[in-house]
Amino acid sequence: MDKIEVRSVTKVFGKNPKRGVELLNQGLTKSDILHKTGMTVGVNQASFSIKDGEIFVIMGLSGSGKSTLVRLLNRLIEPTSGTVLIDGKDVTKMNKQELRNTRRNKMSMVFQRFALFPHRTILANTEYGLEVQKIPKEERHQKAMEALELVGLKGYEDKKPGELSGGMQQRVGLARALANDADVLLMDEAFSALDPLIRKDMQDELLDLQSKMQKTIVFITHDLDEALRIGDRIVLMKDGGVVQIGTPEEILMNPANRYVEQFVEDVDVTKVFTAEHVMKRPETIEVSRGLRVAMKIMKDEGVSTVYAIDKNKKFLGILYGDEAARAAEQGLKIQDVLKQVETVRLDTLLMDMFEVISGSSVPIPVVDEEGRLRGIVKRSAIIDVMADSSEVLNGDGVTK
Amino acid sequence: MSDTYHHFIPKIEIGTWVQDAVDAFVNHTETFFTGLGNGINWFVEQLVDGFTWINPFVFIIIVAAIAFWRSGWGVAIFSLVGLWFIFDLGYWPDTMQTLGLILTAIIISIIIGIPFGIWIGLSDAAKNIITPILDFMQTMPAFVYLIPVLFLFGTGMAPGVVATVIFSMPPTIRMAGLGIRQVPEDLIEASEAFGSTTSQKLFKVQLPLAMKTIMAGINQSIMLALSMVVIASLVAAPGLGAKVYLAVTQLRLDIGVESGLAIVIIAIVLDRITQNTRKNKS
Repeated sequence: MDKIEVRSVTKVFGKNPKRGVELLNQGLTKSDILHKTGMTVGVNQASFSIKDGEIFVIMGLSGSGKSTLVRLLNRLIEPTSGTVLIDGKDVTKMNKQELRNTRRNKMSMVFQRFALFPHRTILANTEYGLEVQKIPKEERHQKAMEALELVGLKGYEDKKPGELSGGMQQRVGLARALANDADVLLMDEAFSALDPLIRKDMQDELLDLQSKMQKTIVFITHDLDEALRIGDRIVLMKDGGVVQIGTPEEILMNPANRYVEQFVEDVDVTKVFTAEHVMKRPETIEVSRGLRVAMKIMKDEGVSTVYAIDKNKKFLGILYGDEAARAAEQGLKIQDVLKQVETVRLDTLLMDMFEVISGSSVPIPVVDEEGRLRGIVKRSAIIDVMADSSEVLNGDGVTK
Repeated sequence: MSDTYHHFIPKIEIGTWVQDAVDAFVNHTETFFTGLGNGINWFVEQLVDGFTWINPFVFIIIVAAIAFWRSGWGVAIFSLVGLWFIFDLGYWPDTMQTLGLILTAIIISIIIGIPFGIWIGLSDAAKNIITPILDFMQTMPAFVYLIPVLFLFGTGMAPGVVATVIFSMPPTIRMAGLGIRQVPEDLIEASEAFGSTTSQKLFKVQLPLAMKTIMAGINQSIMLALSMVVIASLVAAPGLGAKVYLAVTQLRLDIGVESGLAIVIIAIVLDRITQNTRKNKS
């Protein structure tokens, strides 16, 4: 179900925004309009929909219009044209009262520079959204305390924001947004002002909270690694327009154009791709078929190892060519001469496989939750991915 | 020459027109301004009666206590010694009169000035209209205010208060506007994003955050009000200013020095108390 639907939303800053929209419709670009009229295009005919319960990342460099775009969703900035539907209701047509109610109950926001009220205590900051709704003191204290507990700031409620570190302040920002119990969280570069280690903690914590709460999160960032890490889907923006929308994999594998390609070039792919992405089809032998068959496969395919599985495709171990020959001489079964090796899961990140793969002379088996063999990862595959992601990924042999 | 000229073109009777207009204005508004003047006089009288009813030493101790609370030991001791000195010189009743005048003027300045300040803080149009008027109020020689004020209120305490208000109010308005405008944009956004009404935004976010700047404006207004004390005595407003005026007209250096010192002491005490030099936590 679509929680938020954005249809051809445009924002032009300047003296005659309507004229700017006309020019955009005629196909002029942001810089054309700036030269011609002196007006700035903030967002250019952006359309997308956000599903209930997903983390939707709006990603772009500074000046790409992402911060403007998120403010168009709750009308902190008035859109020049287009519609924004939240639960099917058009935000752009709401009167003041309706808009206030939407902001109070449907959408809350977390800000880049925290935007905590310095004259209020942490508790008073957290309950601000409830206070403006005139919710009784007892009830809002309780809800605010619950939110503070959720972000791990219990015990700090009487401090002032100035007494807290940046990371803690942003937790308060998050608690303030959560206290409202709104369905949608708008997070405007919420972690960008934090230093890298704390940022990573906060990302983990957000994912953790999200798994408990199932909010719809609209997350703005300029950091592609962050986008890939937390986003269920990502929209990439440039010059106020939408360049590409897709899951992190889709964007990395099939960049829509040169711009996206350049963007994803510097990504540390080992932190994004999993075993599933780079694995190849292995030569397998179902053990009941016997040693002769196994040796024939090795000979036909020109390989020195095969991966032994049972009838349910469960991975049993690796059969080496010389071991197979020895077993045949001594009249043993395949099960007797299998070598056990370390396996990885489908969702193991490449960066977490380095140690396993460097300690192994054969490709690593990839298994699923039931222990079934799904593929193998060769050392060369990982190196290839790191060397050039897009080519390898369109390559062959991935068993799905 | 003039006769032949006026034979063809009638004289522009601007002097008569203004005179008529002012007469008409004064006639029509006489009851209003007389009433207002009486109100101001009554208010100042209450204050002064209250101040003089309190035993001077109790009064001094109260002021010293406030000074300690607001600014610490140094100012408290200065207030104690300074006010005792004024009492010793025999200027206590005049000082109470002056305090009554200034306090009334400042209360009126705050009541009128803060709303205007908020207005220019929130609206660019209001800022563009009101700022030149404030410039005018501050640059016009203070004596000039005495003329229309005399027309409307006659002589005494009330015209003194009104002239003081006109001259001392601009900093309160300006600084209130500045304070509102200085509230960081993202805090305004945050307050709006959580669904605040305009008045919730004002009272829960903008005013509390502007409070320091507003207090600085009120402090400046108090200082300007003190500088008007002597000028106000020209329309027969009583108090320390009247003593200075007397000293000038009769060439009494002794009275001049003593009453001048009293004004300086009052100025320092009021300044330190309203400046709040003891920094608030955070």
